[in-house]
Amino acid sequence: MTMHSARDLPKRTSLKTSARGGYKLRERVFVGACLAAVMLPVLMLSSLLVRMVIDGLPRLSWDFLVSFPSRKAELAGILPAAVGTLYLIVLTALIALPLGVGAAVYLEEYGKKSRLALLIEVNIANLAGVPSVIYGLLGLGLFVRTLGLGRSLIAGAATLALLVLPIVVVASREALRTVSMSTREACLALGATRWQTIRQVVLPEALPGILTGSILALSRAMGETAPLVVVGALSYVTFLPDGIDAPFGALPIQIFNWVSRPQKEFLVNAAAGIIVLLGMMLILNATAIVVRDRMQAKRSHRT
Amino acid sequence: MIVPENPMSNAPKYVIRALRAWFGTHEVLHGIDIDIRAKGVTAIIGPSGCGKSTFVRCLNRMHELVSAARAEGRVELDGENVYESDVDPVLLRRRVGMVFQKPNPFPTMSIRDNVLAGKYLTHTHRREEAERVVESALRQAALWDDVKDRLSAAGTSLSGGQQQRLCIARALAVEPDVLLMDEPCSALDPIATARIEDLIHELKERYTIVVVTHNMQQAARISDQTAFFLQGDLVEAGPTNTIFTKPKDSRTEDYITGKFG
Repeated sequence: MTMHSARDLPKRTSLKTSARGGYKLRERVFVGACLAAVMLPVLMLSSLLVRMVIDGLPRLSWDFLVSFPSRKAELAGILPAAVGTLYLIVLTALIALPLGVGAAVYLEEYGKKSRLALLIEVNIANLAGVPSVIYGLLGLGLFVRTLGLGRSLIAGAATLALLVLPIVVVASREALRTVSMSTREACLALGATRWQTIRQVVLPEALPGILTGSILALSRAMGETAPLVVVGALSYVTFLPDGIDAPFGALPIQIFNWVSRPQKEFLVNAAAGIIVLLGMMLILNATAIVVRDRMQAKRSHRT
Repeated sequence: MIVPENPMSNAPKYVIRALRAWFGTHEVLHGIDIDIRAKGVTAIIGPSGCGKSTFVRCLNRMHELVSAARAEGRVELDGENVYESDVDPVLLRRRVGMVFQKPNPFPTMSIRDNVLAGKYLTHTHRREEAERVVESALRQAALWDDVKDRLSAAGTSLSGGQQQRLCIARALAVEPDVLLMDEPCSALDPIATARIEDLIHELKERYTIVVVTHNMQQAARISDQTAFFLQGDLVEAGPTNTIFTKPKDSRTEDYITGKFG
C-alpha cells in the first residue's frame, strides 16, 4: 500500500459550468450535425410524400381503384396493376419463405461449419449484392425461357423470390440465433429429436423475427421495377390475371408507364398510383409489426 | 396379493466404468468408476471445472451435443450400456429427465403446455389424460397450488423458483426413472432453494436423483450418497454421512472443510 502525502492529492477544480470551456460548444455542434443528418432524409422523404399527395390525392377515387387502363387519362384506373402486385407478393412469399427459412434452418441448425454450408453462405452473401436487373435477366433466362413459364405471374413471382431470398435467409438465421442453447437443451433432454426441437420449440420462438425480416424484404420486392420489366410484365393490361400462368401488370410498371407519357394528366395518375403503392406497402409493414407485437405480447404477459 | 420381490431392487441404477470425456482434445473426465444407487439422491460435488456437470451430461448423453465433444467408456443404465452404438440417445433421454442450472421453460408455451411438452414431443400425449398429467406433474413439483388458476399463463411469467419447479414438472411428466439436476438452485434465492430441496426430498422415494451442486451444505442436506470430483477424477464416493464426517482422502477433507474450492 502506498502512502499519500498532502502534495499527492489532486488539485480542487471549479465545478461551475463556465469552467468547462470549449467542451460545451463542441458538444452542441456535434448534436446539431447529427440532427441535420437525421432531418435531411426526413425532409426529402416528406417533400416527396407531400408532393405526391397534393398531385395525386384529388385523382384518387373509387373509380380510379377499380378501373382498367385507358388512353384517356381521366378514365384510366389502376385495378389490374394493383391486383397484379397483390398476386405477385403473395406468390413471392409462398416461394421465398419456405425456401429461405429452410435454408436458414439448414445453415444454423444442421450444416454449421460444414464445407457445404460455407459454400452456401458465400453464395448468399454474394447474391444479396447482385443488382435487381440481373435477377430479371436470370428470371427471363431461367423461368420464362428454359422452364417455359412464359411472361407469367409465376415467372415474375419466382424472379422476385430469388431477389428477396438472401434477405429472408439472413433475417431467419439471425432470428434462429436468438433462440438460446438452454431452450434447445431443455427440449432435447425431454427426449425430442433434433427436428422436433426445431419444429416445436426453435421455430415458434424465432417466428416473429423471421416474419419481421421477411415482410420487410417483401415490401421491398413490391416496389421492384427492373426485374419485372425484364421478365416482361405488361404496362397496359385490360384484364385481371386468371391464374398463376397469366400475363400480368404491376404497380411500379404502371407508374413508370404513366410517368413516361407526354400528357400532363397521366402524371397525375402516376402520383395517385404511387399513393396506392405506398399505401399497400404501409399496410404490409403494419401487419408485420402487429403480428410480431401480438406474438411477443402473448409470450410475456399471458395471464 | 403377493408382490414378487424384484431381484433388481438392490442393484445400482447406473454402473459406470472407465468413463472418459473430451471437449475437442481437452480431456475433462479421466476414467470414472462409480455406481449410482436406485432411488435416493446422489450428490456430485467439487470445485468449478472439476467435470461434475460433464459427468451428469454423460448419463443422458447430452454431453455429445456440444460440437467436438465426445465420451467413451461404459455407462450402464439398468444393465444396458447407453454408449453402445445401437442405443438411440433420444429414447435414453425419455427415461432420464434433466433439470438445468438456469430455469428454462419454453418461452412460447403456457404453463400447461410446458408440462405437456414432453408428452407432445414423445407422441405419448392423450387428450383425455392431459388434465390428469398436468395436475399430477405440477403436484409432484409442488407448484400446483401456485398455478392451478392460471395454467394458460406464459411459463416465463412465473418467478425464478416457480420456473424451476415448472421445469421439474416438465421433466416428471414424461415419467422418467432418473432425474438429473445440474446445479438446480444456483440461480435461485434461499427461499426458492429451500422449496426445491424439500421437493427433492419428496421425489427421491420414486426417482433416482443425481444432483450436481457446488454448495456442500446443500449436498449434506439433501443427499444419501455423495461423490467428490476433482480435476476430472472421482476422488471419493460413498454415503453422504461418511464423506462429510470421515472422508478417507485428505483432498476430500480439505475441500469439505473449505481449505480450497
